[in-house]
Amino acid sequence: MNTSTILYLLGVAVVLCPTMLVVGLGLPLLFGRPLTESTQTRLAKGCAYLGLTSAVAILITMLITGIREVPIEFGNWVEVHEEGFHFHLKLVFDRLSVPFAILSYVLCGTAGAFANIYLQGDRGYDRFFILYAFFMLGIIVSTVAGTIETLFFGWELVGLSSALLVAYFHERPGPVRNGLRIWSIYRFSDAAFLVAALLLHHLTGKGDFDILMGEGTWPNGTAVITSWQALPVGLLLLLAAAGKSGMVPFSGWLPRAMEGPTPSSAVFYGALSIHLGTYLLLRISPLLNASPTLSFAVVVLGAISAISGSLMARVQNDVKNSLAYASLTQIGVITVEIGLGLRYIALIHMIGHACLRTLQLLRAPSFLHDHKAMENAVGIRLNTNDCAVPKTTSPLQLVVYRFAYERGYLDTLIDSFLVQPFVKLFRFFNECERSWTEALSGTKPDEQRQPSADLELVEEMV
Amino acid sequence: MPRLHLPWLELSVVLPLLGAIFVFALRNQHLARLIGIVTCTLTLVCATGEWIDFGLLESFEAHDQWDFLERVLNHDVLVVDELSAPLLPLGAFLYFSIVVTTLRTKVNRFSFGWTLLSESLLMATLACRSPWLLIGLLSAATIPPWVELRQRGECTRVYVFHMGLFVALLVAGQLLVDASSGSVALSIIGGCLLTGGALIRNGTFPLHCWMTDLFENATFGTAILYVIPMTGAYTVMRLVFPIAPTWALQSIAVISLITAFYAACMSTVQQDARRFFCFIFLSNSALVLVGLEMVTPVGLTGALCVWISVGISLLGLGLILRCVEARIGRLKLNRFHGLYEQTPYLAGTFLLTGLASIGFPGTVGFIGTELLVEGAVDVYPLVGFTVVLATTLNGIAALNAYFRIFTGTHHQSSVSIGCRPPERIIIVVLSLMMIGGGLVPQPGIDSRYHAAKSLLEHRNLPVSVHTLSENDTSPESSTKDSGMSTE
Repeated sequence: MNTSTILYLLGVAVVLCPTMLVVGLGLPLLFGRPLTESTQTRLAKGCAYLGLTSAVAILITMLITGIREVPIEFGNWVEVHEEGFHFHLKLVFDRLSVPFAILSYVLCGTAGAFANIYLQGDRGYDRFFILYAFFMLGIIVSTVAGTIETLFFGWELVGLSSALLVAYFHERPGPVRNGLRIWSIYRFSDAAFLVAALLLHHLTGKGDFDILMGEGTWPNGTAVITSWQALPVGLLLLLAAAGKSGMVPFSGWLPRAMEGPTPSSAVFYGALSIHLGTYLLLRISPLLNASPTLSFAVVVLGAISAISGSLMARVQNDVKNSLAYASLTQIGVITVEIGLGLRYIALIHMIGHACLRTLQLLRAPSFLHDHKAMENAVGIRLNTNDCAVPKTTSPLQLVVYRFAYERGYLDTLIDSFLVQPFVKLFRFFNECERSWTEALSGTKPDEQRQPSADLELVEEMV
Repeated sequence: MPRLHLPWLELSVVLPLLGAIFVFALRNQHLARLIGIVTCTLTLVCATGEWIDFGLLESFEAHDQWDFLERVLNHDVLVVDELSAPLLPLGAFLYFSIVVTTLRTKVNRFSFGWTLLSESLLMATLACRSPWLLIGLLSAATIPPWVELRQRGECTRVYVFHMGLFVALLVAGQLLVDASSGSVALSIIGGCLLTGGALIRNGTFPLHCWMTDLFENATFGTAILYVIPMTGAYTVMRLVFPIAPTWALQSIAVISLITAFYAACMSTVQQDARRFFCFIFLSNSALVLVGLEMVTPVGLTGALCVWISVGISLLGLGLILRCVEARIGRLKLNRFHGLYEQTPYLAGTFLLTGLASIGFPGTVGFIGTELLVEGAVDVYPLVGFTVVLATTLNGIAALNAYFRIFTGTHHQSSVSIGCRPPERIIIVVLSLMMIGGGLVPQPGIDSRYHAAKSLLEHRNLPVSVHTLSENDTSPESSTKDSGMSTE
C-alpha cells in the first residue's frame, strides 16, 4: 500500500465518519425506532474519534512526506456530458483544510461529550444529536470540499442544522422565531453563494477550486480568471460569507443564536459556524489576489464588523451575548487579515479564537453557578464595584452607547425597510385575492376563516 | 411503433374505471374504501409495469400489446412515450397514497367513486396524445372536484369560471390550430389560446384563485389529487410545445416566472396551512413551466426532473398536512400548535418533504433545480437568479410552516394523534424516494435528459412558424429549429 492509497483511504474516512453518524442516527428515527441515549453517545464519540484520528493521520503523513495538497477525486456525481453539466465530487486536503478539519472534529467531539451530560434525559436528546450529526457532516464537507458545488452541499447542511439548533427549546416562541430569522438570513446568503457558483460555472465552465487556484497550492495559487470576472463572483461570495459569519449587516442573528443549548451555541455559533464564512474567504483567496477592489471590500467589511462588534460587546448585559459580539470583533479582525493577504495569520487566528471561544461559552453557565456558590459560601457579594458608571459622559459617548445598545439599529433597519413592507404588501395581495374570490362567488367573508391578527399579537406576548 | 409486453396502459385506465362503477353501485362506504385500496394498488402495479416494460424497450414511444382500442377506433389512442412513462406510475402512486391514508372516520366525506373515476381519467390523459381526446379528458377531469364542491354545499362559481375558461380556451385554440393549415397568424393565435388554457389549469398568476378556492372548500385529498399531477404542464407539453416557436415559449416562461416568484412570496405570509400548501405548490409548478418553456436541453431536463421531484415531495408534504388535519382539524399558521412531542415522526418527515420540495442538497429535487437554474441562466440570466430567489423564499415558507405546526407549547390531546401504520409506510416510502433520488440522481437525470432531447427533436413546427423561429437571435433556438426542419 503506497502513500497515495493511504491518504486516499484516510481522506475518505474523514468524510465517511460523520456520514455514518447521520445514517446511524437518522435511519432509526425514520423508521420510528430511535436509539437509546447511550448508543447515540457511543456512536457520536466513535465517529468523532475515528474522524479526528484520520485527519491527524493525514496531517502527519503530509508533514512526513512533504506533500502539500492531497486531492481525492470521486468523479462526477451527476453528469450530462453532452451539455457540459457536471456535479464534480472532489475533496482537497491541504494546509487550509486539514487544520480546520482537525479543529472541527476536536470541537464537535468536545460539544458532543458536553451535550451528553448537559442534555441527559432531555426530551430533545434524539433531536439534538441528529442535528449535531448533520452539522458535523456539513462542516467537514465544507472544510474539505474541492469544488464549489461540494462546498455548497456542506454549507446548506450547516445552515439548516444551525437554525434548527437555535430553535431547540421549541416550546417557547422566542427560540423558534430566532431560528426562523437565522434560517432566513442563511437562505439569502446561500442564494448569493448559489448565484456565485452559477456565475463561476458560466465564466469558467467548471466549479473546481483549481480554476481559482491556478497551478499553485493554497495559499500560493493564482486565479486564472480576470480581475473583472473575479469581482462579481468574489462579491457574491463575500455576501455569502458575511451572512454565515454574522458580519455587518447580518450581525443581528448572533445574539439570537445564543437561544440554543449551550453546547451548540459554544461550538457552532461561537467557534465553527461563525468561522465558515472566513474559511470561505481563505479558500477563495486567489480571487482576492486577482482583484484589489475585492480585497479592499473585504478589508472594509471586516473593519466595520470588528468595530461594531467591539462596541456592541461592551454594552451587553448577558454573558452569552457579550461573547457573541466579542466573536464578531475577532471575525472582523480575521476578515481584515484575509483582505490584507495575511493568510496564515488569519488561519492561526481563526483556530485560536475558535478554541478560546468554545472554552468561554462552555464555561459560562457553570462559571455563573460557581460564582453564586462562592458568594453563598462567603456570605457577601463579590466584585460589586466592577461595573462603576463613568462620572461624565459626552454626547458622543451617549450616541455611541445608544448605537451599540441598539445593536447598530441593523435589525430595526432590516425589519422596517425590508421585512415589514414585504409582509404588508403580500398580506394586502392576499386580502385582494380573498376579496376577488368572494366577489366572484358572491359569498360574504367567512369570519372563521379570516386570519386573526390578535392571535399573532398574543403569541408575541407569551 | 414498438409494443409493450402487456396491455399495461389499458389496464391502468380500465381498472380504476371498473372500480369506480363498482363503488358507485355500493352504499357501504367502508367497503368502497376497501375496493378503492385494491383498485388503486392494482392500477399502481400496472402503471409501474408499464414504466419498467417501456424502459426495457429503449424506444421513444410504445403502445399496448393486444391494443383493443386501436382495433375498435383504428387509431393509436393510448401511447406512452418518454415524457409520460414515469408520470403514469407517479400519478397512480399519488392516488394510491391518498386512498390508503384516508382514515375510516373520513370515509363519508371522501368520495371513493369519484376518486377512482378521476384516476382513470388521469391515466388516460397521461397516455393520450391525440389533441381532441386529450382536451376531452382534461375537460371531463374537471367534473369530479365540481361534484364534490356541490355535495359539500360550497359555492362553485370560482371553480366553474376558471375551469370553464380553461376548457373554452383549449377548444378554441385547438380549432384555430386545426384550421390554420399553413397560416402563421391562426397558428400563433391558436397556440396562444391553448397556452392560456394550460396556464389557467396550472394556476398561473393572476388566474390562480381557483386553486386556493379549491383547497379551501374541497376535501384536502381531492384538491391534492387534482393539482399535483400538473396536467396543466402536461397540456403545454402535448398541445403547445410541439407547435409553438421557441421565442414564444421563452416569452411565456416570463409569465411562469412571475407566478413562481409571486407564489413564493405569498407562501411566506400565509396564515392557513392549506393556502400555504397551495402557494408553495403553485410556485414549484410554475418553476417546472419555466424550465419547460426554456426549450433548451438543460432547462428541459431540469424541468422534467423537478416535475417528478415536486410530485413526490409535495405529495409527502400534502399527506402529512392531511394526516395532521384529519386529527386536529384545520390548521392555522398564525399560532404555534406544538405538535412535535405528539408526532415527532410527522414533524421530521414534514421537514424532509418541505426541504425536498425546495431542492435542498441530498434530496431528490437538488440536481433538478440546479439544472433548471443553469438552463434558465443560459437563456435569460435574470430568470435564473429569480428562480434562485423563489426557491429561497419557498425554503423560508417551508420552515415557517414547520415551526408553526410542530413547535410551541405542547399540544394536549386525550387520544394519540400519532400516525397509523399505512400512513407511516407511505411516508417512509416517500422519504426513501426523496433521499434515494437525491443521493443517486444519475439514472433519473439520464432518463429525463434523454426524454428532453427526444421531445426537442420531435417538435413539429409548421413550416411558416419555423421560418419565424429561424429568425430568432438565440443561436440555440435556431439550432433546434434547423434540426427540426430536416424531419
